[in-house]
Amino acid sequence: MPRVKVPRKSTAIDMTAMCDMASLLLTFFILTATARQPEALIVDTPSSTVKIKVPEVDIATITIGDGKVFFGVKGTMIRERVLQKMSERYKVPFTPAQIKRFSLMEGFGVPISQLAQVIDLKSEERNKPGLQSGIPIDSVNGAASQLHEWIYQSRVATKELNDKQMRVSLKGDSKEAYPTIKKVINILQKQKVNKFSLITSMEAQD
Amino acid sequence: MAELDSGGGGNHKGGKVRSKKQSTRVDMTPMVDLMFLLITFFMLTTTLAKPQAMDLAMPDKDDLNKEEQLDVADTRTMTVLLGSANRIEWFIGIAGNSLTPPTVENFGKNGIRKTIIDKAKDIKAATGKDMIIIIKPSDKSNYKNLVDILDEMKITNTKQYAIVDISNPEIDLLKRDSIY
Repeated sequence: MPRVKVPRKSTAIDMTAMCDMASLLLTFFILTATARQPEALIVDTPSSTVKIKVPEVDIATITIGDGKVFFGVKGTMIRERVLQKMSERYKVPFTPAQIKRFSLMEGFGVPISQLAQVIDLKSEERNKPGLQSGIPIDSVNGAASQLHEWIYQSRVATKELNDKQMRVSLKGDSKEAYPTIKKVINILQKQKVNKFSLITSMEAQD
Repeated sequence: MAELDSGGGGNHKGGKVRSKKQSTRVDMTPMVDLMFLLITFFMLTTTLAKPQAMDLAMPDKDDLNKEEQLDVADTRTMTVLLGSANRIEWFIGIAGNSLTPPTVENFGKNGIRKTIIDKAKDIKAATGKDMIIIIKPSDKSNYKNLVDILDEMKITNTKQYAIVDISNPEIDLLKRDSIY
């Protein structure tokens, strides 16, 4: 009886289609990518059902978490200008190299007297949790608080450079107690910023 | 191995040098490997879910034009107090002399949302006007409560609402119901 011979097939597959698909996906991801910036203070934002995206330009973000307040503004030009203004305002000198480095920082949270030290640190050391103590939000001897000045000078710088109204957004931690939030809102209202955005993450509507 | 054909000798019969036909197929396995590696890298470093921005307008705090403030009927004002442990207390009217007894409630679909929708309907039927909600977060509430209640305003389509500082009689109410 003759045996039925099973024809041997090659194990090599045609990978052209797979390669096509992979390069298509790769192109898509490269084009849509915006690299994630390291955050100085990591907060867990509460979720909401709103579907308006955060704008990318002319916006300052005040991050509140753990009782600390961090501040950051978008745009390297604006950051440079803000630091120059703050340096004049508080009589704290910064070198041009430090100003350049500051313009690449996404956010910070130290009193201005310690800012130069933080700028000189490497970025991975800078973003260690607990290193930065937060910007003072209480007014001292009747003078406006440092956070107030930062926000004010950023608004001035945005107006000067881009001729736009700067938007302010609050990014608070879910567990943050209300009094801290209230203090920051009061600072904003003092300079007549009555409209601002709260940053939240997405939630499915139940 | 590399081979060198010296050519000479004349061993070939016809004298014609025929080049070997090579397959045009390329092994794509390493290429696909690389592609997937890069895809994985870009997927992990991108922020896919961009955060959302909830716009919030606070009442003007200008002290100069106090007299421009309008008085509103207490029959259509609902006060929502945010207490501790994610609990809410609400009443209609003014604290201490409210038109409905202060009620403690939870967040969510069957909690405050249902109440707001029901009461808005009642007030609309009784007065012909929309309900006004005054949100008063206490010092014991957290940021999430504030965002949640603002979210409820959006879901229930409440157009008139404001965030106002809490007053002492209202703190007493929260204390009485032990959510402060």
